[in-house]
Amino acid sequence: MSILINDNTIAICQGFTGSQATMHCEQAINYGTNIVGGVTPGKSGENHLDRPVFGSVEEAIEVTNANTTIIFVPARFCKDSINEALDAGIKLIIVITEGIPTLDMLSLKTKADMLEAVIIGPNCPGLITPGSCKLGIMPADIHMKGKIGIVSRSGTLTYEAVDQTTKIGLGQSSCVGIGGDPIPGSSFIDILKLFESDAETEGIVMVGEIGGSAEEEAAAYIKENVTKPVVAYIAGVSAPAGKRMGHAGAIISGGKGTAKEKYLALEDAGVTTVKSPALIGVSILDLLNS
Amino acid sequence: MNLHEHQAKTLFKSYSLPTSNFFVAEKYEQAKELARKLNVSKWVVKAQVHAGGRGKAGGVEIVDNLDDVEAFAKKWLGKNLITYQTDKEGQPVSSILIEECTEILSEFYLGVVVDRSSKSIVVMASPQGGVNIEEVAEKTPENIYKASVKIDQGPSKDDALSLAKGLNLNKNQTEQFIKIFKNLTKLFIEKDLALVEINPLVIDENQNLKCLDGKISVDSNALFRQEDMKSLRDTSQEELRELKASEWDLNYVSLDGEIGCMVNGAGLAMATMDIIEISGGFPANFLDVGGGVNQKSVAEAFKIILSDDNVKVILINIFGGIVKCDVVAEGIISAVKEVGVNIPIVVRLKGNNADVAQSMLTDSELNIVFDSDLSNAAEKAVELSR
Repeated sequence: MSILINDNTIAICQGFTGSQATMHCEQAINYGTNIVGGVTPGKSGENHLDRPVFGSVEEAIEVTNANTTIIFVPARFCKDSINEALDAGIKLIIVITEGIPTLDMLSLKTKADMLEAVIIGPNCPGLITPGSCKLGIMPADIHMKGKIGIVSRSGTLTYEAVDQTTKIGLGQSSCVGIGGDPIPGSSFIDILKLFESDAETEGIVMVGEIGGSAEEEAAAYIKENVTKPVVAYIAGVSAPAGKRMGHAGAIISGGKGTAKEKYLALEDAGVTTVKSPALIGVSILDLLNS
Repeated sequence: MNLHEHQAKTLFKSYSLPTSNFFVAEKYEQAKELARKLNVSKWVVKAQVHAGGRGKAGGVEIVDNLDDVEAFAKKWLGKNLITYQTDKEGQPVSSILIEECTEILSEFYLGVVVDRSSKSIVVMASPQGGVNIEEVAEKTPENIYKASVKIDQGPSKDDALSLAKGLNLNKNQTEQFIKIFKNLTKLFIEKDLALVEINPLVIDENQNLKCLDGKISVDSNALFRQEDMKSLRDTSQEELRELKASEWDLNYVSLDGEIGCMVNGAGLAMATMDIIEISGGFPANFLDVGGGVNQKSVAEAFKIILSDDNVKVILINIFGGIVKCDVVAEGIISAVKEVGVNIPIVVRLKGNNADVAQSMLTDSELNIVFDSDLSNAAEKAVELSR
């Protein structure tokens, strides 16, 4: 078991022949991920990484039966690419691309919900089920098959959590980067729900950051619905108000979205919080042992 | 990306939102003539900077003779306006808005934002206008009325009516409000805005609604398709080092401390600042050098960090994932030599080939301290900053 991706995943890549896509798909294939081809308009019929290139997602599905897509298309074309994947009936869409306009995500999210499709990202490192399937830009070798589910708004902080849970011997069931944008395709709650019902996941690490209220909403959800131990870290206690901290979504505006509020909400929900990201691994180990 | 008030009001006009008549003076010699052309006897003159709090800082005045219009323009043009929202340098005033003075009967707040929770565009109105809306939200949230606009459905008349009711408008004003509501959301969607605020929206002496101030922020991610918005960017309003960083695709935010930070990833960059504070120090900046760390980006990052005189030590925190640590270490060593860094550097590298990187840095005989543990590295940086 795991969440979202596993040995049954049949993936294509949109923007397949670009340099980033090529590098990361090659690594994913070497990891054992079942990437069966890709889509680059105008390059239909070519071969790339020993796999067929298709002109459209629809065509790719017809030939390969793909059920998942990972998108590396530049931001200005990304809305069309995601729409194309949704229209073709893909139910899991992973968007690595950074810089998609917020209003595009508003309409895409509405459409995805209607079609009961899942979007992960944008502006995210993707997801991995260690030992089985990697669809993202994370370094494979820090992961270890195991029992911790990790969900995070930040890429490199996910790697920190992965590294610590590997070194401590717990490993990961699946790791999901939901991305740093204001309107993510999937929220903490969507992923927490999946981890809660995943038999392989024994504990959950949640990495949030300043901006918005997704962590507070997650806290309320955890209080009512999550029985597994959760450790949370929120980045940006020291961040000034009104300044965007790298991620489009990481901004304290109108006094709202501070790390302090998020910590309070999570603690109130019974979540174990850590103030330093260096303590994520030991905290979840302690919690599982207690 | 933020706009000036006069740019916002010009946009308002093109979307048929009622504003006062105004002119913009860029030289004080123009001020009198432009004021005269408005053909009124009382003017509001406003220094144009992006920051809020202009009124309290003396950047807004009501005047009733042409000499005073000129005097105001002469006083501010070419100077910096310092408000509670700016740093101690303030922001340069390169234009003055001169508009006819409106007699105000009532003041409201009207704003549009993207609401993350409901995943919709939310229009907010409050009968408490002209004041800090965050305070209203804090103290009397019942005085804020909200309407959600679904992006695929557009604004509805019912939503406009419910807000108009909250503002206690008469029949004629309600009609005007419905139009404002419709056109404002149209503007928001068509121009890819992140925020628009009209504070205050007023009832004037003729019982009509009018937008007396305008604040607009454009979604920076959408500038590729908003050429006209992009052309309105005024880089003179931006912090110098932040501007320089943006030219190299580095995410930099200037802070007050002594420890310069260089990190890959926005989340880890924030976390690094947090750990510095936990260790008793203060970060001088947020800096995300991005995923593809190389010598060029590291060298530019060094230059930007070092241009801040407060910086006494630099803490580099890189999680080598796709980029191997030895490659990063090589980039750091070359960049240090190229730029000529003469303050101590603490490096924390984690991930692929970290051990190779450690020996490279130690053998380099540069003023570099290596520690693979994040907490230890932060503590060392704090010690060196004292």
